[in-house]
Amino acid sequence: MAVCIAVIAKENYPLYIRSVPTQNELKFHYTVHTSLDVVEEKISAVGKSLGDQRELYLGLLYPTEDYKMFRKLHNSFTDVMCNPFHNPGDTIQSKAFDGIVSGMMVQTG
Amino acid sequence: MECQEEKPIIYTMENKPIVTCAGDQGLFTSLYTSLAQQLPREPMEWRRTYGRAPKMIHLEANFVQFKEELLPKEGNKALLTFPFLHIYWTDCCDTEAYKSTVKEDMMRWQNSLRTHGSADWVIIVVETNDTKKKNKTNILPRSSIVDKIRSDFCNKQNDRCVVLSDPLKDSSRSQESWNSLLLKLRTLLLMSFTKNLGRFEDDMRTLREKRTQPGWSFCEYFMVQEELAFVFEMLQQFEDALVQYDELDALFTQYVLNFGAGDTANWLGSFCAPVRSWSGLLLRRPIDMEKRDGIQRGEASLLDLRSYLFSRQCTLLIFLQRPWEVTQRALELLHNCVQELRLLEVSVLEGALDCWVFLSCLEVLHRIEGCCDQAQLAANCSHTVGLWAYATDKLKSLGELCGLVSEKGPTSEDLNRTVDLLAGLGDERPETVNSLQSPYKKLKEALSSVEAFERHYLELSHAAMEMYRAIGRLRSARLVGKSLAEFYMRKGDRERAETFLQEALKSYVSEGWSLPVTHTRKQIAECQKLLGRTEDYLQTSALLAGDVNLTTEERKHFCQEILTFAGKSGDHSNKVTLSMGVFAQLTRLQFHPATASVHSGAILQVELTLRCLMPVSVHIQQVAASIHFDVDHGGTHGRSKGAQRQTNPGTVEFIQGNSSAGPPSSSAAGPSLELDEIQDRSPSDNSLNSTGVVCKNTHLIMRRHDSNSPPDTPNCVSPPTVAMKEGAQMLKVQDVKLEPGNNSIIFTAPSGQPGTYTLRQLCATVGQVQFVLPHIYPSVQYEVYSQEPQLTVEPLSEPLLAGLPQMVKFTLLTGHYAVKKGDALQLSNTDTMPILPSTSCTARTSNPAAELVGESVLSIQSSDKVTSISLPPTPPYHTLEFQLEVLCIIPSGSDRPANERLTNGEVRHRPRSYSHPDTPMTAIDQRMSIDCPWSIYSTLLALTFYIPFKTKHSLLSAGNRKYIQVCVQNVSDVNFTLAEVKLTEKQHASLELQSLNTKEQQLLCSKHSVFCLWEVRWKDDLPSCLQCVFSANFSPLNQDVSAFKPFHYQFQLERVTTLYSVRAEILPPAGEQHCRSGFLCGLEVCITRLTEPAEGEMAEESKTDTDGLKTTKLMYEVADSSSNWAVCGKSSGMVSMPMTANATHKVQIEVMPLFAGHLPFPKIKVLKYLPHTAAVAIQPDPDSCVENDSLSLLDKTLDDQGDTASIRSRGSVHSVGSGDQQQKGVAMPRLEPFSPGQVFNHSHARQVLVLPATDDHIMEVNAT
Repeated sequence: MAVCIAVIAKENYPLYIRSVPTQNELKFHYTVHTSLDVVEEKISAVGKSLGDQRELYLGLLYPTEDYKMFRKLHNSFTDVMCNPFHNPGDTIQSKAFDGIVSGMMVQTG
Repeated sequence: MECQEEKPIIYTMENKPIVTCAGDQGLFTSLYTSLAQQLPREPMEWRRTYGRAPKMIHLEANFVQFKEELLPKEGNKALLTFPFLHIYWTDCCDTEAYKSTVKEDMMRWQNSLRTHGSADWVIIVVETNDTKKKNKTNILPRSSIVDKIRSDFCNKQNDRCVVLSDPLKDSSRSQESWNSLLLKLRTLLLMSFTKNLGRFEDDMRTLREKRTQPGWSFCEYFMVQEELAFVFEMLQQFEDALVQYDELDALFTQYVLNFGAGDTANWLGSFCAPVRSWSGLLLRRPIDMEKRDGIQRGEASLLDLRSYLFSRQCTLLIFLQRPWEVTQRALELLHNCVQELRLLEVSVLEGALDCWVFLSCLEVLHRIEGCCDQAQLAANCSHTVGLWAYATDKLKSLGELCGLVSEKGPTSEDLNRTVDLLAGLGDERPETVNSLQSPYKKLKEALSSVEAFERHYLELSHAAMEMYRAIGRLRSARLVGKSLAEFYMRKGDRERAETFLQEALKSYVSEGWSLPVTHTRKQIAECQKLLGRTEDYLQTSALLAGDVNLTTEERKHFCQEILTFAGKSGDHSNKVTLSMGVFAQLTRLQFHPATASVHSGAILQVELTLRCLMPVSVHIQQVAASIHFDVDHGGTHGRSKGAQRQTNPGTVEFIQGNSSAGPPSSSAAGPSLELDEIQDRSPSDNSLNSTGVVCKNTHLIMRRHDSNSPPDTPNCVSPPTVAMKEGAQMLKVQDVKLEPGNNSIIFTAPSGQPGTYTLRQLCATVGQVQFVLPHIYPSVQYEVYSQEPQLTVEPLSEPLLAGLPQMVKFTLLTGHYAVKKGDALQLSNTDTMPILPSTSCTARTSNPAAELVGESVLSIQSSDKVTSISLPPTPPYHTLEFQLEVLCIIPSGSDRPANERLTNGEVRHRPRSYSHPDTPMTAIDQRMSIDCPWSIYSTLLALTFYIPFKTKHSLLSAGNRKYIQVCVQNVSDVNFTLAEVKLTEKQHASLELQSLNTKEQQLLCSKHSVFCLWEVRWKDDLPSCLQCVFSANFSPLNQDVSAFKPFHYQFQLERVTTLYSVRAEILPPAGEQHCRSGFLCGLEVCITRLTEPAEGEMAEESKTDTDGLKTTKLMYEVADSSSNWAVCGKSSGMVSMPMTANATHKVQIEVMPLFAGHLPFPKIKVLKYLPHTAAVAIQPDPDSCVENDSLSLLDKTLDDQGDTASIRSRGSVHSVGSGDQQQKGVAMPRLEPFSPGQVFNHSHARQVLVLPATDDHIMEVNAT
């Protein structure tokens, strides 16, 4: 279960970001943004190690006392990118993607 | 390390497995030292149960004297105190002694072991030579005591009794004996471990499986599993020990999670007790007995349990030399504890957890610092920085809680809270009492005063930021910085706060994180407002007012801030200039007319579309666009340039970066190519030299892309200093109300001077505030041009045919010239192209947009020299069009009029006809000279006409009778009717030309020919030269009679009279009636002079013989081009003809037919032979015999005649060589053909029947 799901472009801007307790949205944005530090570190580490170790799961990105952050959600993203009408680099506006994200999130009022 | 004297069991890593020693204590004591030393010397392989990997292990043991109390009682789970091996020592070698005392002692020992179920024992018999010597009398064979013992105790377990020989001697025997003893001991110890630990583990698992049963206690279980961990630790198997703790950790975590999911375990109740102590982790003791006791008693709080568990894990990890895992686990633990307390709904004093976390962070960091050197720490700050940041964070929230961050200082309420929090810390632990920098002291100090707090907080913050920067986690560093900024803001130090905020903002903007951007910007706005930085504040306010992430209320607030400032009355020095991008975006610019190019003085409107980003409508006093003016030196040709450049003419779309800090769209990655077509034209005739495409914005596209450079967004962190350049010319609109969203503003652009006007900047003024767009990009320009009047004439239909009335279109672009009433075009008349008067000629006037604005009838007046066309009044930059009918007269043949002068004094150019490569028709360029009212110079225009006909003539003879044939070929695409075909002779009235043409009118279709024939009749003498004129009327098919136009063709015929007639006869061989192929027959050629020599002829080519008779030399030749005949003997020869009428010359030649059938006669040619003496003064006129090429004749006939080759070559030399001098030097005879008609061949095309030679059965049939 997730509280906040973000898809980040390789230039580090958010392609998609959604969080469940909406009142805390700003905090999530800050947190996700900061966690990019670790993402960058891990990705560059993958680049360094030789061979094709394409571990897509990056593990714990930014530990906080409130939530744990991971990187997941790849298949659905692939689907979005396969949409011929989607311009890579644009923000994601897809109902299907929204639905999948909602499924991953905690449904709290 | 501590020591517990009073307790028998030592809970330190000094613990060793217990081995009891019974029997001869003195003996054991003497051997103890070497035994304890040697036992761990060699490693043993420990094979493990449950598939665990075998390990090499160095065994140590704690040898204690055997006491019955040491043996574990039934149900005692303690493992550390468990004796793993029992040894009985004896050096008895006396049977008696053995029987009397030792055996009994052993029996007792064995019994007590057996009652406690311990089977791990060994009896060591020490033999020394000394003992043997001592008891020499009672000596028995050495083996006997051992054997006795074995038979008494070691029932089938002979290995349980070991002999140690001479242990204190340094001999090889002794060493060997020691080795086998040690090996035995190790093996037995390991066996015991395996067995006892295995049993213990099984029991432990059983206990764990009972965890669902009521009454199961985690704490109890904890103690059991920890026992196992202790044993592993004792055996120095730290990895295994750690696994035990990790299992306990996981089990506990699972319980807490289950609790959260509603599955409550009773034992968890004790952990849900309110937290009363938050003294933080304690990592300086290997085992925190205090906490352990608490757990054992079931009185530990959650924090106690976690602290204890972590301290044990920490200890083991440090043993394992994995300090960085400690930091990582610590951070997880701290987060986890906070969450678990929340999940278990444990009541905690506000701030207590912050204290606990803060202390714990520092404790972990201290512990790590204690076991690593500085270099290691620096290299691994990525592992520690999280703890630093966490501690910073917690200290900050503590500071806020205790009123240490506010400007005023803590209130009494805050102080009370501080006291409560400090109370929960308890007393400082004895380990750190003497340390100056203990976490405990730090926290106490930080909470004691505002200053101390600030010092500690800044120290921590900066340390965390430094570390983050050092490891390249800039975002994290900025987040800490932002938090620091918030602190500064609370403290009232806005300047420092803004620095940090700006830095953070830069990063959010560059990476397109809109929400953080908005939030940070709001904070910056607050700083700027308080700092009184009006311009920056207004800029930020403008950005915020247009920020969609804010609520409308907030946006209105910021918008109002700007408007309030703008509304303030103040002097002009107080004006504030802001970047336009934050206020409104220029999205589109449209020109009306769309070509963006007007003539000077015309109206050009520019429509701007501004997307206003403000939440409310804003009243703008003035919108102005500054214009840069370039005088266009290109002159009049600028017109087409503007229209070509834009794909959508007149509209420029401005691509924007996204409004607020949205994602930088992919288009921002690079500007699109702006391509322009260039054409290089020759300056003289405007013909195209080269063409190409150029990229106009290479400087933008080709520039190096910095990998780190942030994509351009309009939200610059600090607005660039924008200045409105005062241009000479401005587009201005006053008092505009900009509604939120798109607004359209229409300017009327100045168009006075011709040139290029470039829109540079845009400025909107709201009171004291100016919003300036410093560069309008892509650049927008319009052109104002001034054009000279232009007159062009072009055919209405292609091609223009000569000889027929044709419509041509006159187009007058008035340019800057206004055609006044009375202005007229003066066309110089030419004979070759008269302008046909027409009844109604209308001129159409159209405006620059090509709309028809008027029609009027032109009045055309013609005099001899000039046709005057009065033009209707036309405004400048209009187009006037009218059509005129002209007729180009076909030049007839050899008409060569003398050069004339035109009315305007110019030399009349005779229209030269020439053949055009595109059409078979002959073209004539007809020039027109027009005097225009706007210029003192005449305008020269050329029209190309095409002659639709090609005419050929030929002279035909029949004996003396002469015929003239004219062939008219229609080379145009039009069908014509020819009528009134006529041929006249100009010089000789007596001559009669009788037409043999029957039809009055003749159809002459396209690409067809008509042949006309006349017979020439004369009375006295046929003149040798005829000047003929062929004339006909023609009109396009199906047109009125009036449409017929004359067509003339002049030609001249010379040497018309027939001089000689040639007759040939073929005579069959003698006695034969017909010729036969392959047989010689005779060819008789008879050349007869028909006329008296004319005068010219006499002089020309005759010579007077010695006898006074005038003769002329002819050369004849017989040639058969179709290989029907073989000429035998001479095929050519010379005859001397007397120049009198009826002089005849006969020549006999032998020929042989080669085929049978009706064979045409061989050709007989007669040529003039001019001997070398003859004067070669007269060269044949090249015009007169175009069709008859003397050389071709010769070539054809004389080709393979061996004997005439010399003549031919000589002749050819002469006809080609043209120098008179050469001829004089080498006077050569030469041949000259007769003009057609001078020689008439009677036997031309005659045939003779040739029979086959014999009865030839072979018949050749050619079927084609």
